[in-house]
Amino acid sequence: MSGLHKVWKVGADIDTDQLAPGAYMKLGILDIAKHCLEGVRPEFAAQVQEGDVLVAGPNFGIGSSREQAADALVKLGVKAVISPSYGGLYFRNAFNLGLLLLTCKDAALIEEGEQVALDISQSAVVRANGQRLACDPIPDFLMAMVQAGGLLPQLKLRLQQERASQ
Amino acid sequence: MSTLLVAPQTLAQKLISKAAGKSNVAVGDIVNCQVDLAMFHDSSGPRRLKPMLEELGAQIWDKSKVVLVMDHYVPEQDDDSRRIVRIARDWAAEQQLPHVYDSIGICHVVLPQKGHLKPGMFCVGGDSHSPTGGALGTYMFGVGSTEMLGVVVTGQLWVRVPQTYLMKWHKRLQSGVTAKDMMLHMIGKFGMNGGNYQAVEFAGEAVQALSMQERMTMSNMSAEMGSQVGLIAPDQITLDWLATTGAKDVQIEGWHTDEGAEAIAHEFDASTLEPQVAAPHSPANTKAVGEFSNTPIQVAYIGACTGAKLDDLRAAAKVLKDQHLPAGVRLMVAPASLLDQAQAETEGVMRSLRDAGAEILPTSCGACSGYGGSIPDGVNVIASTARNFKGRMGSATAQVYLASPYTVAASALRGRISDPREVLA
Repeated sequence: MSGLHKVWKVGADIDTDQLAPGAYMKLGILDIAKHCLEGVRPEFAAQVQEGDVLVAGPNFGIGSSREQAADALVKLGVKAVISPSYGGLYFRNAFNLGLLLLTCKDAALIEEGEQVALDISQSAVVRANGQRLACDPIPDFLMAMVQAGGLLPQLKLRLQQERASQ
Repeated sequence: MSTLLVAPQTLAQKLISKAAGKSNVAVGDIVNCQVDLAMFHDSSGPRRLKPMLEELGAQIWDKSKVVLVMDHYVPEQDDDSRRIVRIARDWAAEQQLPHVYDSIGICHVVLPQKGHLKPGMFCVGGDSHSPTGGALGTYMFGVGSTEMLGVVVTGQLWVRVPQTYLMKWHKRLQSGVTAKDMMLHMIGKFGMNGGNYQAVEFAGEAVQALSMQERMTMSNMSAEMGSQVGLIAPDQITLDWLATTGAKDVQIEGWHTDEGAEAIAHEFDASTLEPQVAAPHSPANTKAVGEFSNTPIQVAYIGACTGAKLDDLRAAAKVLKDQHLPAGVRLMVAPASLLDQAQAETEGVMRSLRDAGAEILPTSCGACSGYGGSIPDGVNVIASTARNFKGRMGSATAQVYLASPYTVAASALRGRISDPREVLA
């Protein structure tokens, strides 16, 4: 079980243009992250704290393949996103960038500002009132990718091991 | 002779099976696939791949299977664009990449036009409209840059075998109604994330009757339904079209969904479909064109991989030939590739558009993705592109409507959203 994580809530259909607006795509990820979700929660990027979680309505991350939409949340310190469903491409990108996505059909029960715990081994969110919300199980290889910090660190390790064994 | 019974397979299952080196796969299986081709562009590609490859000290697994297209930040409009495009050009030269297409068109159109895609291939693209390749019976989908790095280093990728939604379109479309209208209708019905990252397959008489470019429009916008891929079984139209691209050794046998395969079928009547319009700010916000008849339009845009291919330009020209735009309406046309633009020029299509008062913009992704930034604040825009997310085209206060090239041209001509069938009649 992890520690407690403060909840930020957003609505349904948060698309990649809201997470990483096209107008800032020329910039580096730290500058893109400053504009993350500015259309729906203008205070989010400035005030979100390391370890906070984002709770969203269905279809989180629909739209473009730009992985900055996942990386921006990683760079802002977001621990996990909790939503009933995700854009398929976003789902892949998030794990590749080391961002944990929990697919939770009851995400809407979680309240703004609430402190939740994540029971990752049991794939559940534990609310402040003790209520457990089940999440879809995450395949082991994706969990390993998140724990490694994403695909890049994982690949780095794999290549180092291959070279060492040669 | 084998007595084992293999369950009937969908086209998606067959394509994944081949890439995974298996005789068959079941929906939900997670398998590792060999990638036949990886495509990326100036925005998703070198500027992000180069530093990561250097950090890893790794090389490209097979340069002959990599295609780079410069289409997002060209023509360069500022220092940032120049820097990004220069990284791509320098890296292409340094790596001696054999397949580089610089400023000749949008990747999803250039890739098939240059003969890189064939039925039976398993491909990835560093762009969300990569499912366009499904029109040729290619299993192709978009990935982010980090995942692309994994492909570029290993030549492999995992995939969870998706459920197939079989969209059967019976009868024929009316004149003035297009693949774009079919897609807007389906996205309106199923939503932007209309399944669980499913495979969609388009079939039936109306789909078989579509030209290859119209089929590409369907597969392209399967991205807006939340699909991993948008497949169309290859046929004689596919073969004839591929013959013009120089693609070699094209095989179509077996690349279709078996009778009785596990798929969720939906049936549509193409003959009753009206032109469709998606209102701000979602492609799923779709209704028949008649619902919007009092909506004034100040800017019209024929552009993007979705809506500025040769067939799209022809459609717009059919509406605008010997006509002139009214004062106060601006029509911009950014052809999807130089090849399409040249053919449109030969056919008199470009002339019809220019004579009507259209401004012709460079062939690139341009205003569709907000990289062109030419949409002013506060206006109503009608566009033949794929997405109308708030702010995507560069202005948070512009109201962007999506429609077919016919409907965009007819709406520009009348200064309000209009049914192209009335203009064409």
